[in-house]
Amino acid sequence: MLISPRRLKQLGMLGMNRRNVEVIGRWNERKLYPLVDDKLKTKLLAEDYGMAVPKLIGTISHQFEVKNLRKRLGLTRQFVIKPAQGSGGKGILVVVSRDKGRYIKPSGVDLSIRDAERHVSNILSGLYSLGGRLDVAMVEALVNFDDHLSRYSYEGVPDIRVVVYRGYPVMAMMRCSTHDSDGKANLHQGAVGVGIDLAEGQSLFAVQKGKLVAQHPDTQQSFEELQVPHWAEILRLGAGCYEMTGLGYLGVDVVIDRERGPLILELNARPGLAIQIANQSGLASRLDQVDRVAGLHNSVDGRVDYAREVFGRGLQGQLLPA
Amino acid sequence: MSSRQQVYLVALLLIAIGIGFTVYKMVALGFPLLPGESKEVWTLESKITFEPSDGPVEVSLALPDPHNNWVVLDEYFASSGFGFSLIEEGDQTRAVWSRRKVVRPPSLYYKLQVYKGKNRPDEAPPTQALEKPVLDPGYKDAAERLVESLREQSADPVSFTRLLLQQLHKDEDSFLQDAAFLLGEQSRSSTRVAMDVLALAEIHARIVRGIYLEHGRRRQRTSTLIEIYDGKLWVQFNPKNGKQGLPENFYMWQRGGVSMLDVVGGKNSRVEFAIMKNTLPTRSIVMMENRDERAALIDFSIYALPVEQQGVFKQLLLVPIGALVVVFLRVIIGIPTSGTFMPILIALAFIQTTLLTGLVIFLLVVGIGLWIRFYLSYLNLLLVARVSAVVIVVVAIMAAFSVFSYKLGLDQAMMVTFFPTIILAWTIERMSILWEEDGAHEVLIQGGGSLLVSVACYLVMVMPVVAHLTFNFPELLLVVLGVILILGQYSGYRLTELYRFRHMRDTG
Repeated sequence: MLISPRRLKQLGMLGMNRRNVEVIGRWNERKLYPLVDDKLKTKLLAEDYGMAVPKLIGTISHQFEVKNLRKRLGLTRQFVIKPAQGSGGKGILVVVSRDKGRYIKPSGVDLSIRDAERHVSNILSGLYSLGGRLDVAMVEALVNFDDHLSRYSYEGVPDIRVVVYRGYPVMAMMRCSTHDSDGKANLHQGAVGVGIDLAEGQSLFAVQKGKLVAQHPDTQQSFEELQVPHWAEILRLGAGCYEMTGLGYLGVDVVIDRERGPLILELNARPGLAIQIANQSGLASRLDQVDRVAGLHNSVDGRVDYAREVFGRGLQGQLLPA
Repeated sequence: MSSRQQVYLVALLLIAIGIGFTVYKMVALGFPLLPGESKEVWTLESKITFEPSDGPVEVSLALPDPHNNWVVLDEYFASSGFGFSLIEEGDQTRAVWSRRKVVRPPSLYYKLQVYKGKNRPDEAPPTQALEKPVLDPGYKDAAERLVESLREQSADPVSFTRLLLQQLHKDEDSFLQDAAFLLGEQSRSSTRVAMDVLALAEIHARIVRGIYLEHGRRRQRTSTLIEIYDGKLWVQFNPKNGKQGLPENFYMWQRGGVSMLDVVGGKNSRVEFAIMKNTLPTRSIVMMENRDERAALIDFSIYALPVEQQGVFKQLLLVPIGALVVVFLRVIIGIPTSGTFMPILIALAFIQTTLLTGLVIFLLVVGIGLWIRFYLSYLNLLLVARVSAVVIVVVAIMAAFSVFSYKLGLDQAMMVTFFPTIILAWTIERMSILWEEDGAHEVLIQGGGSLLVSVACYLVMVMPVVAHLTFNFPELLLVVLGVILILGQYSGYRLTELYRFRHMRDTG
């Protein structure tokens, strides 16, 4: 039932203690955290650096501005309202179309402008933010998800998490929401994590609740054929976040828009360890490898190329469980 | 120096200091390392009575010999209406009571508490030169003959004395005639005869007065031993039966022939002893003993506080132990808890309520609180208002609990008040957020983890050894601190990760 610590060491697995002490404690400066904990700051920073992000339509930071919501939205038909400091996907309102002044949610339920205003007001008063802090509501353009990947997800959209260490992409996985995870892409809530080969963006293994699976539990879609499009671009986006934030250990969450390609959705300064199970490979040995070469590659492209070459498997489908 | 080395250096330093102080207190001050160590403490009350005659009265009592292997915890003189002073006479201290005129037969008291110290044989050589006793010629001849024949049969002063005392106590038939003669002549006591013979044989000898300690005895009189110097140390004999060695329960009061009690201006004087035995914890004895010496370590410690505050500290000092357990269970084992140190506070409450009652109460309060909290979340309140509402709900639940249980006659449920209200409220708040965000499964895992850690903290905190060590050796906190610093550097795997990563395949 258990795996021996020696075996874990052999596999180069990164444990929680080492992650906290030697990786996050060493490479992530505390003062940089707000850059990633506040999605508005992340977005503005990313725009400054010319990174692709979902377009910001506007922000509402004071209660008196709430009444201007309709004016701010103008003729935009599709948008998302989200709290800048929300966590776990709480407080996100998605509008997919408009009909005679009503706002239609993906489920088909329609809202009045009053409902939308109340939602914004709740966001501002801190209903969805950690610790109940006053928050800012962001309105951004809706991402039109790539149909190709939608098959791998139930009641939600898959995103791609790239773990970036000292500017090098070291591991990646696609996170697919399930019925169990209630449409959320968090692995500990029951989403499926699919390890992605760094070389070409093909699937390696899929894991749900710590166990290996071969297909999506709800859509029955096999993960074997999975190929993430725009792979090089995704890795470049992720690696570029190192210069952008200064954080040495970073989780970059990327979604793929039909027209615009990969977009940075959010960043995480304390990415979890389950990605190792989805890749059936340890992070620690890869971090050690990066420590040996850090500084040799000055450009984003150089780091991405190195990572694809060294950490990629290039063994398409071969290692999937039967 | 890297920060890692610094941590180890500081931690080891802390641990060394903590253990150093502990060992010092243990060895030098006699603090017991384990709970329940106790010693027998004897209370001797000597009562002096006499019939006063006209005129001034002076009573002088020899005080116990300071080198008698017994430690005096406390002494106390009662002398109503008498002038009192202590006089040093060479090695001997005497208590002197005096009064110009005494009408009624008075009682003077000297009370002391003693316990047996370490056994150290007395090696101080005799200070007085041997003196030839002045004896009647016939008596002297018989004594010299006895010395002669005993010398032939003995090897050294010890065996000489043993043989002598045996001779003085043999049945009539086997008596050496000289011994019989010596005893018969003027019906001398065997002690007197033995001392005379020893003096003739040029052996240093002296009379030892003391008391046999027997619990509950009142009116106990002094007994006598004979002590001889064998060239290296003093050896005691019981003159009544010739037994060698100091009896275990013999409290040596006075050595040498000087009188024990002198009364000038009175007659029929006597000193009697009442004896009581108590068993006291070693720690109390140490505290009493060091009261006068004022060891700085004790004087500037929590023992200097009033007893009530000490009780508070007894609890407080358990918190670091709880913290150590939490750190261990989280860092090494990897049990998830909701709220880092909530388990310690719950464990402290368990100490008051006992474990089972505490668990039942905790689960009931949190359960009911969660249920009400769900309704509150439906109302869309701001965080501070929401938690405040939960606090009030918790207080109300506690009050309802107490009242119902009182009416039902279940005293245990009244203990609900020992739980920290705010902590319960926050627990409920956190659990309910967890429930909404991550589902009931996560609540069970984290809630169960918290309770498990609480119970572990409780079980460690109630260990008598732990309570004893933290209170008596607060410097062990430094050791705990050092260990926590080292644990804070641990970057190896957690035990739970061995399970979490169990599905890693052998892909190399």
